[in-house]
Formats: sequence, structure tokens, C-alpha cells
Amino acid sequence: MREILSGNEAIARGAWEAGVRLAAAYPGTPSTEILEAVAGYKDIYSEWSPNEKVAMEVGLGASMAGARALVCMKHVGVNVAADPLFTASYTGVKGGLVLVTADDPAMHSSQNEQDNRNYAKFAKLPLVEPADSAEAKDFLKIAFELSERFDTPVLFRTTTRIAHSKSLVELGDRPALAPITIFEKATDKYTMLPSNAIKRHPIVEQRLLDLAEYAETTLLNQVDMGDSRVGIIASGAAYQYAREAFSQASFLKLGLTYPLPAGLIADFRESVEKLYVVEELDPFLEELIELMGIRVDGGKDMLPLCGEFDPGLIARALAADDAPGVNTDLIPVPRPVDDDLPNRPPTLCPGCSHRGVFTVLKKLKVFVSGDIGCYTLGALPPFEAMNSCVCMGASISIAHGMGQVMAPPAEGAKLDLRTKSVAVIGDSTFFHSGLTPLLDIAYNGGRTLTIILDNRTTGMTGGQENPGTGKTLMGRPAPVADIPTICRGFGINRVIEIDPLDMTEVERVLREELAANEASVVIAKSPCVLEYKIKREPWSVDADLCNGCKRCLQAGCIALSLINDAEGGRKVRILADQCNGCGICAQLCRFEAIVAPGAAPAPGVASGSPAPPAVASAPGDIAAGEKGAS
Amino acid sequence: MSSAEQGAPQSATGSGPTTNLLISGVGGQGVVLASYVLSQAAMAEGYDVKQSEVHGMSQRGGSVTSHLRFGGKVWSPLITPGTADILLSFEALEALRYVHWLRPGGLVVYNTLRVNPSPVAAGLAEYPADIDERIKAAWPRVHAVDANALAEEAGSVKSVNVVMLGAVSCTLPFAAETWETIIRRVVPPKTVDANMRAFDLGKRSPVC
Repeated sequence: MREILSGNEAIARGAWEAGVRLAAAYPGTPSTEILEAVAGYKDIYSEWSPNEKVAMEVGLGASMAGARALVCMKHVGVNVAADPLFTASYTGVKGGLVLVTADDPAMHSSQNEQDNRNYAKFAKLPLVEPADSAEAKDFLKIAFELSERFDTPVLFRTTTRIAHSKSLVELGDRPALAPITIFEKATDKYTMLPSNAIKRHPIVEQRLLDLAEYAETTLLNQVDMGDSRVGIIASGAAYQYAREAFSQASFLKLGLTYPLPAGLIADFRESVEKLYVVEELDPFLEELIELMGIRVDGGKDMLPLCGEFDPGLIARALAADDAPGVNTDLIPVPRPVDDDLPNRPPTLCPGCSHRGVFTVLKKLKVFVSGDIGCYTLGALPPFEAMNSCVCMGASISIAHGMGQVMAPPAEGAKLDLRTKSVAVIGDSTFFHSGLTPLLDIAYNGGRTLTIILDNRTTGMTGGQENPGTGKTLMGRPAPVADIPTICRGFGINRVIEIDPLDMTEVERVLREELAANEASVVIAKSPCVLEYKIKREPWSVDADLCNGCKRCLQAGCIALSLINDAEGGRKVRILADQCNGCGICAQLCRFEAIVAPGAAPAPGVASGSPAPPAVASAPGDIAAGEKGAS
Repeated sequence: MSSAEQGAPQSATGSGPTTNLLISGVGGQGVVLASYVLSQAAMAEGYDVKQSEVHGMSQRGGSVTSHLRFGGKVWSPLITPGTADILLSFEALEALRYVHWLRPGGLVVYNTLRVNPSPVAAGLAEYPADIDERIKAAWPRVHAVDANALAEEAGSVKSVNVVMLGAVSCTLPFAAETWETIIRRVVPPKTVDANMRAFDLGKRSPVC
């Protein structure tokens, strides 16, 4: 039976067909859908781990117990998991252990575009790369066999265009598995005391030599001889693009990209006139091939180091070197009709609880140390209220480091908010990597204000469960990790929960906590409108009161727009189908022109104290809200 | 050789030209579901098919594209700019933004709906006024469809994507029964009738 599957769905299917018993991951684009699909196979235990390091260790544990285990993460997640990964290379495995690293060339949804193929060389692990969904499934099964045969974790690398592209896959079955009934010990192998590890290292080196020999004959690597004037070595998505651009050329398609088959590559070199290496990001293959003493006629001297490729880019680059047989349709570079079109960047949803906090932070002019999530959009106009964002959890530690080197205020001086750094972090990111930096602040007497935007989901990746949501990936009930209790347990005395849709309250509390001379945590608690399917009544504009001052537009909400009125002036209009009734724009309006639903005007707005408690408090009752499937 | 390796796929060697269809829209408009219907239809008609989109940040009200390619043997999951046969856009500005992905003589079918991007909502930019003229100046084969009105007429505003599929259906080599079977299968059960009406209303748009 055939199905159209994404690369991620195909990996999940491959795990099921390979007899995987355990799968662990932390969500991260473009890897997230693997575990979401695995969760559909009820005979695999699957979990969202709090972070990638934990996921890697959980996978290693299952492997040590004799089970096949799948661990998945985005490229930067492997940085987090690198500690167990590098030593797992020494311990080896019992059950097959495969780590999927989903790289993101072009940074569609990432903070860098690191090339994780380098991890294979660094950690001395075999690297398998599929080029479409069928290979994603079939190669994953081979990767598990490789893992067990060579006693090694296997890196399985996809990129966004493999993970999120769909193509045809032939489905297979899952083997019957004997239950695991006892933990067998292999202490010398798994206890990495120096005296044991020193014996493992030569085994690792020999394993690479054995794998290089295997690479010469494995069907993961395929030679497809065509026109011998052009030979192309490629893997993954780059292979598909190159094949589209030079469909008649000779190809050495590598599915095992580390270690490389020196003999196979040398033979291919001999059989073609010109040899090109086509790879996105780093010259990983090219450098390894040149180190073998094999001449490469074109690689990173012709193709970019940055971003992702497409067939046209490869066609143009190699045609410029007079490579024959190019698909000439791909050569022209079309120009946009207009290059001055307004961008359509991602934006906070109408009704999003992050909006009020960033509107206030912009006003306060503090240094905002940000983190990874939907709320990173607070860095974009009109908020522009985020001044750094590096990696998961770094908001808190960076703000702390900044705070510790700021000169103390002069005696009796008025508080200057520009001397303050504030950390902003979401709930899932806090559980991932925010706990230890907050512990650092408490332990070392930091004075940083940390704002935890607790919207009860892992928003940016599509609303996955986390330790704060009360449910697991497999849909089982779970205890809800209590953030205020955690913070107090660390030794933070000032822990305050606020409603982020009440801007007056947000500003009052933030000013008070910034003035405090000790560490403080403010938890802005309001559920994600998207994931919990919260739909509030839309607000409206009283056109007689609106003078077109545009102050409300600072809310950065796509439900608001400027229209021309009859007198040639401009007014704001609220699109009822877009508005989600949070009332932030009304709180920005100085003319009481934005009117609450069912009131004309709303009492709170008319009185000049524009907090919208009736609107904001209802969705705050998380227990009553049913989280939507997404 | 391992057992799994014996099952490793071989390169298919199909023939026949590849059709390139680029779908554009705004996050939340159902671009992904429409792409799913198209890819299922292509598979049901016996074509090789690849489809590619990007998830993650772009979902948050951002500009969204999906690449659909089908034919004898499809290599790249991505269309190369300047080679698309059809641009199907669910929003006017997103049609203009991607129209240069079409090959010379390519077809544009777009929804006349205007959704303000965030810079326009924030008063930092203007929504372009003369989208239809600008597209026609370079690509004369343009069909504008008021898909939101037709979706409402069909009984579900969310069926805009299916209206657009109906509008473009006459240009694609998929049988009427194929469309119907797949749409019935993939839309929520309660919305089957509205979506079938939406498809038929879209089909009456004079694209062909």
C-alpha cells in the first residue's frame, strides 16, 4: 500500500516498522511532526522530554535495556544533547539507537543554520541522509540495523525540505517483539570511568574504519552513470535539485555521508570528466573528498555556503562552468513584479496574551533579554521590545550576567530603567532550559526580573504538551508543574502572578519589581488563544471618537486597519472576524474610541481605567478550557 | 546485505512532463489542506508527486507557500522560480508577491480577498491598490475569484480553499470523481456538503 507522507511522517512509520519501542524528543521545527506521528502508533512509548539532552539520555537508557529507540530534535537541539551523545559514541548500544537531527538551511524557523553533519565527524558516528520520504522510511530501518551491527548510535540527518516535503511511500509491517524482562549488565561498556572509557576509544576508532569499509558496498550509496562528462556527488535534498538541473549526468548519490567510501569515490572520479560536489551549507563532503587526495572540479567555489538551494541555483552555477546537459528552463532568474510590496511577517495572533506585556516593555525602555518561542516576535515592529535572543533558556542567564556588571546606582539616585535587564521566557522554554539559570540567580544573589509568559503550551511549534499542561504526548493525564512553587523553592522571594491582558496592572507590577533590589519573577499567565481555541467577542471603533492618531496600532494587531473616512481623514477600523476581544488596543486608545462588545462604550473604558477584567478573566480559567487538537 | 537494504527503493524512471503548481496565501487560510487534496488527487491519478511547504514561524499570520509538482518522475520537491505553470493564491497581495514564480504564459488564479499584513495594520505600509493591473501587465492569463463570497454562499467561510480548488480544477488532469472522493475524505465530516457546494461554486468560475 502506498501513501503520501512527509519526511517526518515517513520517519515515524519507519520507526514503527523497525520495531522501535521508545521515542523521545523536544519539539523543534522542522522535526516536531515526527513524534506527533509516532504518538499515533500506540505500540511505541513516546514522550515529549523537557529538553533534548533528557530525550537523548532516555533514548540511550532504552537502548541499554535492549530496545530500539528513536530520538528526534532540530539541529540546535543536538547542541543541548551533545553531552550524552558524545559519550554514547563510546558506550555504544544494545538496542539500536538513532538520533534524527533536522537541520534548517535558510533558517525558516531557527536562530542559526549550523550544519549538523559536522557532528558525525566530531562524535565519530555514522551519518545517514535520506533524499525523500520513501528513503526516510527505508533508510531509518537500515540505520537501526547499522546501529546494532556496529554497536553505535547513528545520526540520521534531514533538512527542512526532506522533513516537510511529501512524496510517495510504500508501507510495510512491524515485526513481533519479544518483551524485555530483565536488565542485563555490561558495566565496563556503560560506566564511563576513565579506566573503562580508555578501552572504549580504540573500539570507536576501529568502528569508523569498519564503517568506511561497509560504505564501499552499502546500497545507501548509489552510482547512477549517465553522461560521463559531468559527475555529481550529492545527498539529501541537494541531490534532488541537482538531478532536476542535470537529469542526464552521472551521479554518486550518498545515503551514508560519514564515513565516506574512498574507493567508490575514487572510481567515480575516474569515470567522469568533471566532478562536482553539490551540498548545502558547509563543504563537508568536499573537504573529506579532497583530504582523500581526490580532485574536485567544483564545489563551494561555485555554490553558496549560506541558505538553501533550488534546482535553478545549481543549474546556473554549474552552467557558468560550462557543465554540459543543463536543463535550460531553469536558467533564467525572474524578477519580482514589485520589490516594494509590504512584507507579511509572522505576527502575534489577535487576542495573544503576549501583546500586552511587550507593549508595556517597549514603554519601559529596559533591556529585554528574550528567548525562543512565539514571543520572540516581540522583537519585530511595532513592539521592537526584545534586545537579545540566543538560545533556549539564555534569556535568564544573559539578563543575570548583564545585571552583575552594571554599575550600582548612585546613592539616592532615581531609578533609571535603562540600567535594567529583564528576562522574558515562555513556559515550555522555562521547563526546557530556564530552571538552571533561575537557580543561578537565586543562588548567586542576582537581582534580575524574570517574566515567564505562561500560555500553557509550546506555542511556536504548534501547541505541544509540556510539563505545565497536565497532559503527555500520549494523551495521558500528568501532574501540572507549578511554576510559582518552583521559583519559591529555588529561594526567590518575589513571585507574582499577573493577568497579561490588564496593561495597567502589568505596568504597575513591572515598575514595582524593577525597583526591588532583589531577584523577582513575574508570571504572566493566560492561555494561548490558538491552542485553547479561545474566541472572545470582537470590539469595535466609535468613528465619532476616533481621530486617527494611530496609537492603538502600537498593539501590532492585524485586526486593526486604517481606513479613509468621508472627509478624507483616517480612522481605525476593527475587523470583527479577526478581533479576539483582548482589549489591548482599547487600553492604548486615549479617546475612548474603542468599544467593548455589548457596551457603548464599555464602563471600564469610559471611566478612564481601561482594564478589561470581564473579558480577560474568563479565559484565565484554564481548567475549564479544553485544549484544541492541532 | 541486510534485510532492510534489500527493500531500499530504486530510482523510478517514469516519463512525462512535470506540472508545477504554486499555492500561496496567509497562514490559517487552508493552504496546507488544499495542497493535501491536490497531492492525493495526483497520486490517485497515477502520477509521481512531491509537495513541499514550511511549518513553524510562517503559520503565525505570515505569508505561506506550498509547492506541488506531479508528473512522470519528479525529482525536486521545490519549484524553481520562473517555472511554475499555475499560481493559485488565496489572497490578492500574496498573488502579486509570488507571480514571478510563473513561467512566461503561466496562469494566475487568485482570491480577491485582501488581508492586511502586520506592517499595514501597524500603519507602517500601504496595501497595494492595483494588484490586478500589476499582475496582468506581466502575466495576462489572470482569473480573479471572490472566493470568500462563494464560500459564504456554500455555507462555510472556511471553505475558501475548496472554492479555489474548484476554480482551478478544470486546468488539472484529475477526474471529477477523484476530486469528490478526496474532498469527501479529507474535510471534517460535518462540513462535507458545504465543501462540495464550495467546490462546485468554484468550478463555475470561468477559468478555462
